Amino acid sequence: MKRILKTIGIGALSISATFFTLGQLQAAEVIKIGAVAPKTGPLAGGSTVSHWPNLKLWVSQVNGRGGLKLKSGRAKIELIEYDDRTNPGETIKAVQRLATQDKVDFIISPYGTGLNLAAAPIFAKYGYPQIAVTAITDKVPALTKRYPNLFFLLGNTTAFTQSVADILKKLVADGKIGNRVAMVNVADAFGIELANAARPIFKAAGLDIVYDKSYPLGTQDLSPVVKGAKAANPDAFIAWSYPPDTFGLTAQAKIVGLNVKAFYTAVATAFPVYAGKFGGAIENVLGAGGVNPDSAEMKAYRKAHKEVTGKDADYWASPVVYASLQILEQAIEAVGSKDRKAVTAHIKANSFNTVIGPVRFNNQNNDKFWTVGQWQNGVFHGVSSTGRPGAKTVKLKSGW
Amino acid sequence: MSGTDKRNFALAAMALAMAALLPLFDTGYWLALGVSLAMYGVLATSWAMFSGPTHYISLATAAFFGTGMYIVGGGVEILPFPVLVVIAAVAGAALAVLVGLTTMRISGVYFVIFTLGLAELIRQVVTWVQTTMGSSSGLYVLTEITESMIYWQLLLLLAVVYLVGWRINRSRLGLALRVIGNDETVAAHVGINTAKAKVILFVISGTVASVTGALLAPRWTYVEPTIAFSPMISFQVVIMALLGGVHRLWGPLCGVIPFMLLWDLISAQFPNQTTLLLGVAFLLIVYLIPNGVVGLIESRLKRRSSGNG
Repeated sequence: MKRILKTIGIGALSISATFFTLGQLQAAEVIKIGAVAPKTGPLAGGSTVSHWPNLKLWVSQVNGRGGLKLKSGRAKIELIEYDDRTNPGETIKAVQRLATQDKVDFIISPYGTGLNLAAAPIFAKYGYPQIAVTAITDKVPALTKRYPNLFFLLGNTTAFTQSVADILKKLVADGKIGNRVAMVNVADAFGIELANAARPIFKAAGLDIVYDKSYPLGTQDLSPVVKGAKAANPDAFIAWSYPPDTFGLTAQAKIVGLNVKAFYTAVATAFPVYAGKFGGAIENVLGAGGVNPDSAEMKAYRKAHKEVTGKDADYWASPVVYASLQILEQAIEAVGSKDRKAVTAHIKANSFNTVIGPVRFNNQNNDKFWTVGQWQNGVFHGVSSTGRPGAKTVKLKSGW
Repeated sequence: MSGTDKRNFALAAMALAMAALLPLFDTGYWLALGVSLAMYGVLATSWAMFSGPTHYISLATAAFFGTGMYIVGGGVEILPFPVLVVIAAVAGAALAVLVGLTTMRISGVYFVIFTLGLAELIRQVVTWVQTTMGSSSGLYVLTEITESMIYWQLLLLLAVVYLVGWRINRSRLGLALRVIGNDETVAAHVGINTAKAKVILFVISGTVASVTGALLAPRWTYVEPTIAFSPMISFQVVIMALLGGVHRLWGPLCGVIPFMLLWDLISAQFPNQTTLLLGVAFLLIVYLIPNGVVGLIESRLKRRSSGNG
């Protein structure tokens, strides 16, 4: 019996040894990249639309090309993923694990403002560049000064509200609409921030806020909100909303017949499911974000996204997440090694060609981004930006 | 103090001292894990001090935790950090008195649901205040406090919790609570002021949770209502404490350590199946160790001593 066991043991050992050497021979250089973001918890709904599919797409494309071009040869990407369950404590722990246990070469920025900021000290401590996308804050200068490796791509609250104000102001000046604005907001994070930024900006633009109301996150029945807005007889309806209420408000506006000439809902208006749910009714609805869908890069990106992940990319954060990966890729290849310090310095000093156009960081902040988009013929076109070309003219909404 | 007490004290002090050395060896992943262990260790132990003897299942941990966190978030640019921790403790205690006095007359599932709703209530109040005051919803806590310091602060808090728990266990209050847990009617009948005893313990538990939230705010950097008042915190604390066993002071810690390590292992190895595997792990735990880790250890010890004797 003992002898049999011994033979089996030796056999198993030699077999595994063979596999081990084979593995060694096959494995050319590998570049380890870590990713932490929600797969479960409150933010998982957003991250599984805008974040994770882009990582999958990028890794499959880079490895399809044979890997990242380093001075020492091609290096294929090995992606290590962790779920932080939308909990900052977990994000911190997972980033620590990536940095000190898995010893990854680079880490993709986490998802959401809170989780990105919770992880920022760890990225800074180990010198990983952190190209944050889904983190919108008005504290960019203070944060980039504190964390020299942190970059912001998606924009800031003031610019988002300023663009909406500018669009309305122009429509009023052209005599297309009156200046009465009904404004509502979800009483949570981004919604509060946008509404607070909007009040003085709207006033300065000569707009008259005739209705101003907030509703709690998770409100199921939004009909009182929409009816109240309608009763104020507005020319424009602006909602600083989150995914569930963007859908709820649109549905109610349709039912109640809130026929304003400018209708704006914020987050999730750019999601393909929004068009899927309301079809042609949302023609000329305005929303946060936008892309230039006519550029060759964007067309190729949307096609590849559909092919590789089976889903359509959204018209706001998706391509920007992908752009952040392109920036990382180009910086690593330009430096030609896994030297994080050199890669960070390269990101700071150079311009990158991405799916959203050329990106050059100004004090670690991208100041050219899309702010407002509009559904036109089934596509969410960018209509206002801070310096991106290809904006369409804003059209008036005519009923539902 | 008896000989056993002295021995236990020495052992506990040694364990604490060894745990305190962790940041000297690693300030990376292991320290991050250590902070999580210490955080849930404190929360679960203080939870069990109230819920263990009284059998009142409280889901209010997140309400206190979030309150503490928000006090630091709101005041970090005005007042020094230690002052804020003290304010958090006072606020947590005041909140617990308020809640305790109104809810100690209800028990069973009514109490559970009320405490669950409490976190949501406070979250909405905080959001309302922020909406009307016109500040942004997230609060930035940018300080120079390092992870090692947070870890030591939590360990110190854990030591305090243990001392208080030990003291209560051997006091009249501890005896009163055990009687209440066994039969509240009898307790009232023999002249125990049941409401007072329960409120005192609820206040201690709430204060500790509030201070824990305050200590962790600098680590999270950005405080927002959905995350600070997340009901997951309350549920995890209950699960860990019950896994360990609540009829011993050191019981919850025996739940926190294996639970966190197991969860960490699962989420590291199977990031896409975390919830599924965790569910399976729960089933196995309930089937195989129904009396918690403490029950397991104690029955082993008993078997060994009877085998020897």
